[in-house]
Amino acid sequence: MRRAVRPSSATQELEVIPPSKLAIENVSKNFRSASGPILALDRVSLNVAEGEFVCLVGASGCGKTTLLNIIAGLEKPDTGIVLADGKPVTGPGRERLVMFQEPALFPWLDVFGNVLFGLKLKPNLTNKDRRDVAKYYLELVGLSRFDHANIHELSGGMKQRVSLARALAPNPRVLLMDEPFAALDALTREQLYGDIQEIWKARRKTIVFVTHNVREAACLGDRVLLFSPHPGRVQEEFTIDLPRPRDINSVDLAAHATRITKALKSIGKTETVVTK
Amino acid sequence: MKRFLLASAFFAALVCLWEAAYRAKIWSPVLLPSPGQVVTYLQGAAADGTLAKATVITMRRLLVGYLIGLVLGLPLGLVTARWKLFGDTIGTLALGLQTLPSVCWVPLALLWFGQTEAAMLFVVVMGTLWSVIIATETGVRHVPPIYRRAALTMGSSRLHMWFKVILPAALPFIVTGMKQGWAFAWRSLMAAEIFVTILTGFGLGQLLHYGRELSAMEQVIGIMIVIVVIGLLADKIFFSPIEKFLHRRWGTSQA
Repeated sequence: MRRAVRPSSATQELEVIPPSKLAIENVSKNFRSASGPILALDRVSLNVAEGEFVCLVGASGCGKTTLLNIIAGLEKPDTGIVLADGKPVTGPGRERLVMFQEPALFPWLDVFGNVLFGLKLKPNLTNKDRRDVAKYYLELVGLSRFDHANIHELSGGMKQRVSLARALAPNPRVLLMDEPFAALDALTREQLYGDIQEIWKARRKTIVFVTHNVREAACLGDRVLLFSPHPGRVQEEFTIDLPRPRDINSVDLAAHATRITKALKSIGKTETVVTK
Repeated sequence: MKRFLLASAFFAALVCLWEAAYRAKIWSPVLLPSPGQVVTYLQGAAADGTLAKATVITMRRLLVGYLIGLVLGLPLGLVTARWKLFGDTIGTLALGLQTLPSVCWVPLALLWFGQTEAAMLFVVVMGTLWSVIIATETGVRHVPPIYRRAALTMGSSRLHMWFKVILPAALPFIVTGMKQGWAFAWRSLMAAEIFVTILTGFGLGQLLHYGRELSAMEQVIGIMIVIVVIGLLADKIFFSPIEKFLHRRWGTSQA
């Protein structure tokens, strides 16, 4: 991992701030569809401790992305409430930043401009502080040489690194990641697993990470929550107590992944039985 | 350099063909003057100031009308995309009026405003406005929702969202609309100048019209060439750099 040099004047902004505690209580969400309402989430409750790395795993359409959007404040639950440090989440805010599956980078800005975007919306910073902070995070994700590149010139992995820098730059307490590595090749992904673990350690964030890749979840998470679809519910919970940094190819990790995969498959089976 | 030479050779060949057609005397010289005669006319018109004066008058009308069209069209396009009520009303109106060739506004403008500058301006604005509204609306509607969501989480809202996210994201569409608006404005102004004879100033269209009245074909062709060159210059000086920037940023073209 590259070591980023901390600029002196912006140290306050770069201070490691305590991560948030999240409480999701009885959250339900319906969607209207052509064939009637679909219960995307059914009274989901879960707690995420300060600085915990929690992975949500499940088949597509099990409501895990919806839950992430509700935590982010981008969608409102029909019932229930999300509390961040005890305060109800009423809308999106820079305390909880999202990294999306498709790179949501802005093509009209260059790499540096993208990382700067969220910082410019943060009051009480001088422009020099903002630039220093943006530089620091670009260095942290290893892209300081590409600060003036256009977005379309970057590879998929580089784009997600910029997205990560952009999400980290305003120093959020919570990082919400929605299958951020799903569209990348295996090699790039493995690199990013290492990077994300280091950054998580260095910056101390509470991370909620949505994925359908069981191995990825076992590699990154302190806890892995298995979602079942129709309606979306937390089916089972796995604690991964392996030392870090973890290697995605390690045997111990594979054992955990196998356990989770089995549980995931059994959900699939009951599902088919029910539909029959 | 090679591209420049090839292009020059092409235009030189075009002039040679024209000269050859003139010398072959297929058409009467009244209908087809030689390139030399056209150049002589242009030199004369340039020397006595007619050409410069007409160009300035035409460009002033064009720019004022075009700018009014943009200033009205951009915000109208935004509200049309944002609120259903405006989309159903102004959006539909713009869609309908955009299909109306702008020369069709000339009779109405003449009756409303008489032989005045206002009539000219009105026709140019009508030519520009609708296509700018439609392009802005289309651009805003095509902004991927994920940009909005990403910006929302970073604390963007309202005006900041409009100016820093939605407008820049819609820029490629808006520039295309501005270019189309420019072309429409140019067309409508020429139509208006040919039809409307007013005493406040002779534009290029009027020179064209009098060229026909006097059967001065070298004047007609000369002015046509001037109009084409102005259109090309506007494109190269104003729109081309913007489009190049957009292509580079968005990665939409190899050029």
